[in-house]
Amino acid sequence: MSERASVPKEEDDTEPETEPEPVTTGAQSVIRALENAGTDYVFGVQGGAIMPVYDALYDSDINHVTMAHEQGASHAADAYGIVTGDPGVCFATSGPGATNLVTGIADANMDSDPVIALTGQVPTEFVGNDAFQETDTVGITQPITKESYFAADSDTVGDDVSEAFALADAGRQGPTLVDLPKDVTQGETEVEPGTPETPETYEVPEEADDENVQEAAEALAAADRPVILSGGGVIKANASSALREFATEYEIPVITTMPGIGSFPEDHELSLEWAGMHGTGYANMAISNTDCMLAIGTRFDDRLTGGVDSFAPDAEVIHVDIDPAEISKNVYADYPLIGDARNVLRQLFDAMPRAPDADEWRDQCQTWKDEYPMEYDTPDDEPLKPQYVVERFSDVTPDDTIVCTGVGQHQMWASQFWEYTEPRTWVSSHGLGTMGYGVPAAIGAKLAAPDQEVVCFDGDGSFLMTVQGLSVAVREQLDITYVVLNNEAVGMVRQWQDGFYEGRRMASEYPWIPQFDKLAEAFGARGFTLESYENVEETIQEARDYDGPSVIDAHIDPGENVFPMVPSGGDNGLFALNEDHLDMI
Amino acid sequence: MPGPAPDERMRPKGRRNTQGIRVDPEAEVTHEPRQAVLSALVKHRPGVLSEVSALFSRRQFNIESLTVGPTVDEDTARMTILIEEPDPGIDQAKKQLRKLVPVISVRELEGEAVRRELALVKVSGEKPDDVNAVADMYNGQAVDASTDSVTVEITGSKQKIDAAIEAFKQFDVQEIVRTGAAALERGPKTLEKDV
Repeated sequence: MSERASVPKEEDDTEPETEPEPVTTGAQSVIRALENAGTDYVFGVQGGAIMPVYDALYDSDINHVTMAHEQGASHAADAYGIVTGDPGVCFATSGPGATNLVTGIADANMDSDPVIALTGQVPTEFVGNDAFQETDTVGITQPITKESYFAADSDTVGDDVSEAFALADAGRQGPTLVDLPKDVTQGETEVEPGTPETPETYEVPEEADDENVQEAAEALAAADRPVILSGGGVIKANASSALREFATEYEIPVITTMPGIGSFPEDHELSLEWAGMHGTGYANMAISNTDCMLAIGTRFDDRLTGGVDSFAPDAEVIHVDIDPAEISKNVYADYPLIGDARNVLRQLFDAMPRAPDADEWRDQCQTWKDEYPMEYDTPDDEPLKPQYVVERFSDVTPDDTIVCTGVGQHQMWASQFWEYTEPRTWVSSHGLGTMGYGVPAAIGAKLAAPDQEVVCFDGDGSFLMTVQGLSVAVREQLDITYVVLNNEAVGMVRQWQDGFYEGRRMASEYPWIPQFDKLAEAFGARGFTLESYENVEETIQEARDYDGPSVIDAHIDPGENVFPMVPSGGDNGLFALNEDHLDMI
Repeated sequence: MPGPAPDERMRPKGRRNTQGIRVDPEAEVTHEPRQAVLSALVKHRPGVLSEVSALFSRRQFNIESLTVGPTVDEDTARMTILIEEPDPGIDQAKKQLRKLVPVISVRELEGEAVRRELALVKVSGEKPDDVNAVADMYNGQAVDASTDSVTVEITGSKQKIDAAIEAFKQFDVQEIVRTGAAALERGPKTLEKDV
């Protein structure tokens, strides 16, 4: 229940089916534009310059969730967008409110997540005068949005919001922003916003050129060592089932990128799980040795490729992407196929002359699976291993459980040791790597999918960055289980310091962190502590059973590190399985 | 069971260069930078120039010059952007430009496109006849004169303007202002909607 829903509206009881009142102000036009676009939730924080918009929201059925910090509003909107596929919406006032949104907007931009940010602005007559709580929000956000709009007129502000909404969702999804000067939202207008449409200059390719598809299909069919690399774009295009059909029909092993987790079921025999810096050994061996890669909806981020000079060097690359600018940006595409992933997969399916003759290659991939299993040591006398907590949790939850994370070692363990079988169940910050993403993201995810279980793995450092969001989870009574994999450090930094900086642990150890179980209780959530293997299952069950937010403070082995590992800029095939290997590569 | 250590694993035979292009393992291949003239039709509205220039700085494209001005259609403006990049960089610049919402179309102009720059050169007014003579050599003309100074306008290719400025140095150059290049394709071709 949002707080707005708890305020009774007289007209609700009498005439629930009446046509909406005509708009009379710019602010009402803004809200009408959101209603027209089907907005259910807005995540935001009130403030002086955005007050007219909030006032208009008072009369709307859109639910508002007051966040504890604007950064949380943009992350919650981001997660909402990932889980539903539709743009998440966040509000902030001008100045500090708007700048606090920036991290979440940049995060959404890096991961191509659909987000609409609406920010208050000082009245137009003060713009440029360094007025109270003024910042150049459009200027600040231009490089991290698909487009940032400055709404200059009460008559057109509704159309600006409509267009921003359509643009965020069209083609390669991403964030848009509309900056709303207070006089524009307060100003009188009778102009209703038009239907959401993208700007005329924005073109979305739908299908790839048939001739190119045919050539690519023949190259793939002729391959001896084919792989499919499935990125986050597959999930965003709702192409997971098309991918499954394609891979199964032509028996091609599938590797996902980290944002692509969930695009192909990890329990499928063709799955090699995910590749990259901390991906599986077998995925990285296959990436390294493939002779033909069908890469779909991936931008070949450096955490995936390592050094591009050593990335899949034998492979002809077929690159499917809806954004032409991604083609040959980082890795040269021998066969560029520009279009919607689901459409192009269907085109390819029909164009394949035969399945590749790859029995030997699939056997080789299986050998790598046997040689490099995802393992960890669990003798009972050792401190609790984080991987064990993740695995036990994964074992007991339904397949459609949504996993959110912060950023750090815990994020890698959550991606390595949880078994993902469905799209839109993995909600994480990839490109920007935003510590603090987890707490608010879980709030957005839970509101987006109230019937699905939501668990958030966080680290002690990452959790502390947005812990105030717990107050929101408590107020909204959101049934989320937060698991803090607590090693009293920013563990990934410490791991790098130990590996590459001669163990000089400058500013990476956090021996002063609070007791998270008590902190949870202080916020009104349930708190648990885990210190040994003995009560892992029982604690997980208790936390899951609690009908509201709970926090498990899991004191894990502080010496545990994340492996496999491809050092930054390294060669995927030369991943390290342990510290000793780091000296060899 | 732990598989082979890094140095004992199955290894690929090929390689790529730093631009992600597969190359002959025996030969070093690099792309040399070249100068490209990009012409872009954009929406004529506030903030477009900053959006375009921010794109270039953010992506670290080395921009030689950028000029912008209105077209016959009052809703559109035209930018001429000179960049010096290897071919993959030029392709990226075009694609990234095309992604910007206010950009209507982008094209790289061919080598023989008409390119013009403008320079105003203010020199000492002591020898106005000599200044005029040099200006004539470069098809320039004096556009302002006082007892102390003469200002000359030169239009032409970058090389011609460089040479003219060099020649004017004999008159004690007091100030110079130069535009970037403005360019149009030769023949009947125009920059319509992207092809």
